[in-house]
Amino acid sequence: MATIEFSEEQTMLMETAVDFCRKQSPIERVRAQIEQPQSVDPAVWQEMVNLGWTGITVPEQYGGLGLSLADAVPIAESMGRHLMGSPFVSTTLATQALISSGGEALRERWLPQIAAGTPASMALTEEDGNWNLTEIGSFATLQGDQLSLTAKKCFVQDAPDAGVIVVSANVDGRARLIAIAADQLPPGALTRETVIDETRRSYTLEVDALALPVAQLLEGADFAAIERAALLLLSAEMSGGLSGVLHVIIDYLTTRKQFDQYIGSYQSLKHPTVQILLSLEACRSHLYRAATCMAQGNATELEAALRMAKAQGSEAFAFAGDRAVQFHGGFGFTYECDAQLFLRRALWCQYQFGDAAYHRNLLAPLLLDD
Amino acid sequence: MSVTQAEITEFEEQADRWFAENKPANPGFILPETFMEVGTDQQFEFLRNWQQKVYENGYVGMSWPKEFGGLGMDQVFQDIATKAMAKHRVPFLPNTIGLNWAGPLILAMGSQEEKSRYIKGILSAEDIWCQGFSEPDHGSDLGSAQCKAVKDGDEYVINGSKIWTSLGSYAKYMILIARTSTDGPNKYAGLSFFLAPMQTEGIEPRPIKKLTGEYGFCQTFFNDARIPASCMIGGEGEGWKVAMATLMFERGAAGGQAGGLAMMDLSIDDVVELARRAKRNGKPAIEDPRVREELVDLITEARGNSHMAARDKVPALATDWPTAISMSGKLRSSELKRRMCQFALSLQGANGARYVSSDAVDGGLWQRSYLNAFSGTIGGGTSQIQHNIIGERVLGLPKG
Repeated sequence: MATIEFSEEQTMLMETAVDFCRKQSPIERVRAQIEQPQSVDPAVWQEMVNLGWTGITVPEQYGGLGLSLADAVPIAESMGRHLMGSPFVSTTLATQALISSGGEALRERWLPQIAAGTPASMALTEEDGNWNLTEIGSFATLQGDQLSLTAKKCFVQDAPDAGVIVVSANVDGRARLIAIAADQLPPGALTRETVIDETRRSYTLEVDALALPVAQLLEGADFAAIERAALLLLSAEMSGGLSGVLHVIIDYLTTRKQFDQYIGSYQSLKHPTVQILLSLEACRSHLYRAATCMAQGNATELEAALRMAKAQGSEAFAFAGDRAVQFHGGFGFTYECDAQLFLRRALWCQYQFGDAAYHRNLLAPLLLDD
Repeated sequence: MSVTQAEITEFEEQADRWFAENKPANPGFILPETFMEVGTDQQFEFLRNWQQKVYENGYVGMSWPKEFGGLGMDQVFQDIATKAMAKHRVPFLPNTIGLNWAGPLILAMGSQEEKSRYIKGILSAEDIWCQGFSEPDHGSDLGSAQCKAVKDGDEYVINGSKIWTSLGSYAKYMILIARTSTDGPNKYAGLSFFLAPMQTEGIEPRPIKKLTGEYGFCQTFFNDARIPASCMIGGEGEGWKVAMATLMFERGAAGGQAGGLAMMDLSIDDVVELARRAKRNGKPAIEDPRVREELVDLITEARGNSHMAARDKVPALATDWPTAISMSGKLRSSELKRRMCQFALSLQGANGARYVSSDAVDGGLWQRSYLNAFSGTIGGGTSQIQHNIIGERVLGLPKG
């Protein structure tokens, strides 16, 4: 039988993360941060750096902890539980891109900085919203030892804070990755996007014939590894968010009265709430099965496990957010009600890196065809 | 008692070989899939003989105490044997209520004398057990049971009726909830729990015809039936507590069952395999994009259930509602099975409308399984009641 492994080290990481996020991200702080330019208070980010989180998957020789990406799961999950915004996920993804595809020089240049707390980001998606990471229009041409990059990338997280942004572009007809330093971006290259999850700081990156040294082209182009990392971390955020929104629902159902009864006593609200609980149990189980496969290097099952986690989690979290708004009645229609924060987060997570239908489509050949 | 890997491997090979060599040949008549569907004497005798053979060869009750008829071995061996039964798709062990509900209850709460009297017969299938919980007017609302037990000397006199008594016609004993008082502070306080002998004058099980057209369970009538007062387990008025303990075994939330294959279950792999063979509009159903999406969804759900069982063994990964997984086992598995069988009909084109007959796909197995799947979603507390129970006991939502 397929097992789920969770080490003592992971348990300790989880305990720290649960405690940290609960203290640092109460819902008032989440709301206050929405008004701020950055997704996280710099002082809180520094504490995350001090805990070693930005270097969690960075190999030890570059100053990190050298742990598996599976060990970042409890952290992303705890942040999701408390709707904590921060460049943690995008930084960890860029780290994965540099580890799986960057050469020695680029790793040496960026990984120690990331481990020391410099945020990093990824620029993968484009205006057409295509989830296939290798179907892209941005391109770079090679001229001697120079690259000339023309790109328009969307949903680049925390871009102004990032020391390095890993951008995908076609080079000689193949999708490749290029690491751009913050100081190489011309003024006006970044524009803030209006996105549904207000805890995010999302940017469009646009450059026209930007000259870059060819050394900044990553040696490899392992888009599958980047997608796997993104699916794992997003599923973790969704699992946490699902647990958070279930608490919001239960708090209301056990304190709000209508027609002289706590509304949680009505079966029309009770039964879907149980469905949400069971969807959370499934979501968390798929997530940690996928994390186990990743930690064990079980390539046979990993892709399916990740796509299942993302497909099931996307649907479950979006359903829970939707019902949370509805169950709050008139209050649910207001900005004041926390249900909307979770619904918006759920929609964000659902439409990043493929929704449920997209992943089911990709699962079909994996599961049904020999 | 520690078990070595070598012992495990050796036993795995032994069990695998035994079930491969001893799998009964096709009896030439259609077999039921669970104990709730045993409809003919022929089916019953076949299954009872099979359980007896499995017991005599030491593959059931392996972890139960030796002095009462078990083998006193580590649970791991029983799990291996049960797995081998599933793998070789041998018939199930029909004394389900005895093996998995009444037996563990007697081992947990019964006296030495009760254990000596009942346990061995449960394992050998010599003594078949049935359950008298539900009543015609109180399906899932067990606490409202009205069947009466009035003390008279060293006997109780039982009057009333119980419904959905699977194996009622074959059973030697019934686990019975009856009302010994109506004066308690609430309806639960007046209930008592009995291990009632079925061969008692005044107890009459009458077979009921199911929605499938077959027989499989009874309504059991009690008409001044006198049973010894010593049949009571737990004290007078403590029946609710004992019943709840029994339901924890029934819902799989508590361990201690004798083990062994409890049903011939259809899995999602069987549905996928059907989708390869069955044709929709001249093409294999598995080529239809909508079929593919639904199959992926069902596989995801099935794997989610199995991953939940795996995660439940890691306390650090419990959610804020740690009993959710164990309390929802029956709800999740029975609803998935119903949905799976219902979907299997849609793979058969116009033949979805056939029923048990030689012209039907797989002899009508899927149609019958779909109709029988309601026994899981209704029996042991309907799915709707399960939602109430989980909402109230796991999430702490107020009662309606």
